[in-house]
Amino acid sequence: MEKMVKIKIDGKEIEVPSNFSIMQAAETIGIKIPRLCYHPKLSIAGACRVCIVKVSKFNYYMPSCSTKVEDGMEIETNSPEIREARRDIVELILDNHPKECQICERDGHCELQNIAYSLGVRKRRFEGKRKIHPVEASGKSVIRDAEKCILCGRCVRVCKEIQGVYNLSQQYRGFDTVVTPAFGANMDDSVCIQCGQCINVCPTAAFLEKNHTPKVWKALADPKKFVVVQTAPSIRATIGEGFGYPPGTPCTGKMITALKKLGFDAVFDTNLGADLTIIEESKELISRIKQNQKLPLITSCSPGWINFMEKFYPELIPYASSCRSPMSMLSALIKTYYAQKTGKDPKDIFVVSIMPCVAKKFEMDRKEHVIDGNKITDAVLTTREAIWMIKSYGIDFTMLEDSDFDTPLGESTGAGDIFGTTGGVMEAALRTAAEVITGKSLKDVEFKEVRAVEGLREKIITIGDLNLSIGVANGIENAKKLLNQVINKEKEFHVIEIMACPGGCIGGGGQPYPPGGYDILDSRLLAKRAEALYFIDSHKKRRVSKDLPAAQKIYSEFLKEPGSDMARKILHTSYQPQFPRGIK
Amino acid sequence: MSFFTGTKEEIEKKCKKELPEDIVLFIEKCMKKPHSESNLIAVLHKLQNKLGYLPKEKLQAVAYLMNIPAAKVSGVATFYHYFSTKPPGKYVISVCLGTACHVKGSDKILERIQEELGIKIGETTSDGLFTLEGARCIGTCALAPVVKIGDDIHPKVTPAQIPEILETYFKKSKESK
Repeated sequence: MEKMVKIKIDGKEIEVPSNFSIMQAAETIGIKIPRLCYHPKLSIAGACRVCIVKVSKFNYYMPSCSTKVEDGMEIETNSPEIREARRDIVELILDNHPKECQICERDGHCELQNIAYSLGVRKRRFEGKRKIHPVEASGKSVIRDAEKCILCGRCVRVCKEIQGVYNLSQQYRGFDTVVTPAFGANMDDSVCIQCGQCINVCPTAAFLEKNHTPKVWKALADPKKFVVVQTAPSIRATIGEGFGYPPGTPCTGKMITALKKLGFDAVFDTNLGADLTIIEESKELISRIKQNQKLPLITSCSPGWINFMEKFYPELIPYASSCRSPMSMLSALIKTYYAQKTGKDPKDIFVVSIMPCVAKKFEMDRKEHVIDGNKITDAVLTTREAIWMIKSYGIDFTMLEDSDFDTPLGESTGAGDIFGTTGGVMEAALRTAAEVITGKSLKDVEFKEVRAVEGLREKIITIGDLNLSIGVANGIENAKKLLNQVINKEKEFHVIEIMACPGGCIGGGGQPYPPGGYDILDSRLLAKRAEALYFIDSHKKRRVSKDLPAAQKIYSEFLKEPGSDMARKILHTSYQPQFPRGIK
Repeated sequence: MSFFTGTKEEIEKKCKKELPEDIVLFIEKCMKKPHSESNLIAVLHKLQNKLGYLPKEKLQAVAYLMNIPAAKVSGVATFYHYFSTKPPGKYVISVCLGTACHVKGSDKILERIQEELGIKIGETTSDGLFTLEGARCIGTCALAPVVKIGDDIHPKVTPAQIPEILETYFKKSKESK
């Protein structure tokens, strides 16, 4: 038990644990001290000084995020002087920040803009020297606009502490300080895994995803192009947030209608790719177990994780499933199976994927995702970009009726839906594997014990007479704990599911900025989004991937059987070590 | 970036070849002690002293051998003024900007040198001959204002003398070729 201390905040006496910061103590009595660099999931930086308070015995202001409470402390969080000081601090930060809110990608979602307004900044009184940096937009997924950076260090901390990548660091000093990868490299030439969490935690627009909307608008306006869109499992659970729905509102039907209104010729479901992933992956798993081949099988749906593996753990490449991600599986089928079926030239089909993920923008350009000379995915939009396009087109999302996905690539099971959250791939795989191994239908298809909401889970799952040792991790720092056990041969696993982003795809780098009342990476927000996916799953007619008629049809008409040569060509890929090599 | 290619062993071998032998030995000694990463600055000091600057490839090798993320090594190397990531010119010009020299007009001297060479503090001329630095007191206040070029001390300098002084180094450089 932590020792309790008595303190007085704004005249109110309270008792809090001695390891609390003043900021935490104030929160227990409903005082939310303004803050900017602070993030509850990250270490304390004390960089912005916005959260200052007056503490007895000190004749200067103390940052409340990094000052621990002490017995008998008397704290004042509010007075005209404190409010003025906070406002001045934000004004000074603004002084070295571009004045282009109206044309900025983060307008309306910018924490700096919000705090400046809420603290009462109404004039830009200071005109000092401004830092000038070009926008670094040569990477495939993440672009960096150092002029908008306020050096809060959240991106550096998320990259190091949550993702274990440590690609970003503050370089140079004083006025010249700039956040970049080592030696100022661009993101693609660094150890960046393209997960986009730096974009999520940035309070301004210093990090953004590479904009793919222009080429999508162009394709939509081109009468010669047949423009197909596919939506990832998690999009239906998060897209509503962009239109004022509370987090966790499933919006599948409205989302499809909106995309049709935007002009897409067909709306397909990445879920089907997820179902196919499960069919192929369970086949891979069962044959690896039977033939005593390399175990554990490590899932391969998360491109952020794949990038991490290739740069940091290349020795694990033989363990990873050779399955393409669900997105690339579906894209491949669109440009081959669907093109043949409808008599279209694959070159006339333009495939757009709406993904929760910025690493998918990088994945799309990999040379492995070219089939018969055709790049299988032509553009990847994040959830945020899709929301913006719908709004920009003038569609009133909330007024839309529901529609269904188009055939033949729009049908899926509930197992596909839950791919969007941590443990989902594992649960989906277990559903199919269990039925294949035992030859019986499952009475209860839910494997709640693999839902790694806390970030990391190790379990033994009994299927028939087989005890499967499984590991599930989200957030790379958690994944490392599993992978190190594999490398050091401390524990044997049969299957490991890894998703690069905290919470899985629902916490992806391309998801909507959190609505009011939530922080990004907030467990409550992630839980609500996951709930929506489990709700959709529980209402699906079919919940085991192998039972899906659409998938069975694709196999009988085109791929023959799971693991066949055709299936390998269309649904599988390969990995290579990438450089620069990361330092674990 | 091809530097980091190959297997773990190949990369390690390349890294060791990249660095001076005594520095590799020093790193190996550090790595045997707890908190080995706290020796990063010491390693960079040795490297800077030996080479006069910290090239990217060498910093990458240090990062790999010390098992410290390259972003951190690069952050440390760019943070401290003592370290330079660019090769210095043949002659380093240190203009003393300490109190005594300042009072005696060192700002005018600095200005003149900048004009003559077309570079600012911290920069190197395109021919690689001169690097310009501002120095805090170099301890010879009686000679203020002082300019140190290479190992030479130039006492009681006036702005008008600057072209003449620089010319001697241009000549010296040509002769040595």
